Amino acid sequence: MSRIEILIGGFGGQGILLAGWILGNAAMLRGYNSTYLPSYGPEARGGRCASRVVIDCEREVDCPLVRNADYLIVMYQEAYDSYIDLLKPGGVLIYDNDLVTLDERAKKAKIYAVPATKMAESVGRRIVANIVMIGAFTAISNLIDKETVKRSVIEGVRGRYVDLNVRAFEVGYEYGRKLVESEKK
Amino acid sequence: MMNLVGEVKPGMYFWSGNDAIAEAAIFAGCRFYAGYPITPSNEIAERLSWRLPQVGGIFVQMEDEIASIVSIIGASWGGLKSMTATSGPGFSLMQENIGLAVMMEVPIVIVDVQRAGPSTGIPTMIGMGDVQQAKWGSHGPYEIIALSPSTVQEAFDLTIMAFNLSEKFRTPVIILADEGISHMYEKVVVPDPRDVIIINRKLAKDPNGYLSYKADDDLVPPMAPVGEGFRIQSTGLTHDERGYPSADPEVQNVLVRRLLDKIRKRKHEIIDYRMYKCEDADIVVVSYGSAARSAKSAVDMARKEGIKVGFLQLKTIWPFPDEVIFELAKKVKKFIVAEINEGQITREVERASKGRSEVFWVGNYGGRWIFPEEVLGKILEVK
Repeated sequence: MSRIEILIGGFGGQGILLAGWILGNAAMLRGYNSTYLPSYGPEARGGRCASRVVIDCEREVDCPLVRNADYLIVMYQEAYDSYIDLLKPGGVLIYDNDLVTLDERAKKAKIYAVPATKMAESVGRRIVANIVMIGAFTAISNLIDKETVKRSVIEGVRGRYVDLNVRAFEVGYEYGRKLVESEKK
Repeated sequence: MMNLVGEVKPGMYFWSGNDAIAEAAIFAGCRFYAGYPITPSNEIAERLSWRLPQVGGIFVQMEDEIASIVSIIGASWGGLKSMTATSGPGFSLMQENIGLAVMMEVPIVIVDVQRAGPSTGIPTMIGMGDVQQAKWGSHGPYEIIALSPSTVQEAFDLTIMAFNLSEKFRTPVIILADEGISHMYEKVVVPDPRDVIIINRKLAKDPNGYLSYKADDDLVPPMAPVGEGFRIQSTGLTHDERGYPSADPEVQNVLVRRLLDKIRKRKHEIIDYRMYKCEDADIVVVSYGSAARSAKSAVDMARKEGIKVGFLQLKTIWPFPDEVIFELAKKVKKFIVAEINEGQITREVERASKGRSEVFWVGNYGGRWIFPEEVLGKILEVK
């Protein structure tokens, strides 16, 4: 596996940056080279924000920016509008279909709809929607094994929230796995 | 991620460059931090604000950058390894007192997380424009030590090296980080402390007959431990071995000569770099900091196209590795320097190659990364 670029977009407060850290850390735990670059600046407060994760199991990662995304995960309309052009043709688009409406620009992508925020509410708190997404992404992408990503989730959240987040991860993973399975039929 | 207490345990961490600098400072024995908030260095202060008290250290947020550097000079005199962190605008404010630390021979570490300048520039975006300022920013003749990390692991390793060099040479050491490395997260392996050499300043033993600025053969005067009966005289004025101010040009000559020589004559103990595929190279790409990541990739890409190109990554920026460049210049036809400024190290490479090689610059003036294909484009253009 050579360079894989992942862009996660949403708005401040959704845990977009934590999701980026968890993926980058998981790739490291798996033994891959990885970088994670959070968006930084006043525009990240409340407004649109993004995590860029680059994974490479062959070479050191050079520039940590995402210019030609293999995966785009979006949980906010403005993030979709801004970042869809960075997704390369044939790339994978995973989106929260209760929060984002696609347009014709998404036609180039392989599309997976994951109602992560609604699923997070059913798990207990909508704040774990990011972790639901990480679970779904783990199953859909098959880049890093489930147990390693789960370990990274546990490392990334504070102690008393571990159980909630692990539940969210499992629910998201299961949903993603079913999406992939239904494709095969 | 958040659950550290006390000394960081050996192992693998997914840290930002700023996290790594803060943890490495603690690892190296830093127990005093004073600073004033500025993007993109803030995570260093934020982390040390809760980490230093855990290890018995002191964190102070000062009223400005001038006060910050003066307070770490004081803390270092008091016996604690001390650090501040800032970015371009704050680094400008610190210049006068960097000179004071040079003259008083006080070990301190200054982290400059460079952003796009001049002036306030683009606070949140990458720049590497403070490289010459690190060398010449304070007035008068002096030498400085400056290190520049290209990975988060190097941010950790070079911070330890910065403390070691500052203690060894009794001099300020500057870490020239940049927004790219500082905000990027990457793997860091924290070593077992038993495997890492930590240097502590040489202390004077006998208060009787102690002279504040009488150097040993290594050109470094032992520092007096405070509170143990030593009489200390220290000043930014030109001073003799006793530390007494003097207006005698010969005293000036002896003092400045020693301050320069303690670094110049021991450059080999300071200079660190990485050479890659230079053995048969016709062209060598020289880079440092974040730009070096793209530069190395470009070299790999060019090699695939059969171009004989090598890569030299500078970890030590100052003192500049003149001899390394000159030796390469005898063999290679061309240098390309990749940097996010107007060519600040390009001119050093020109100077050090003494006309034996052509020197080209590739880069931008700040606000964005250099991409590998830009460096590759330059290689193809000049080959």
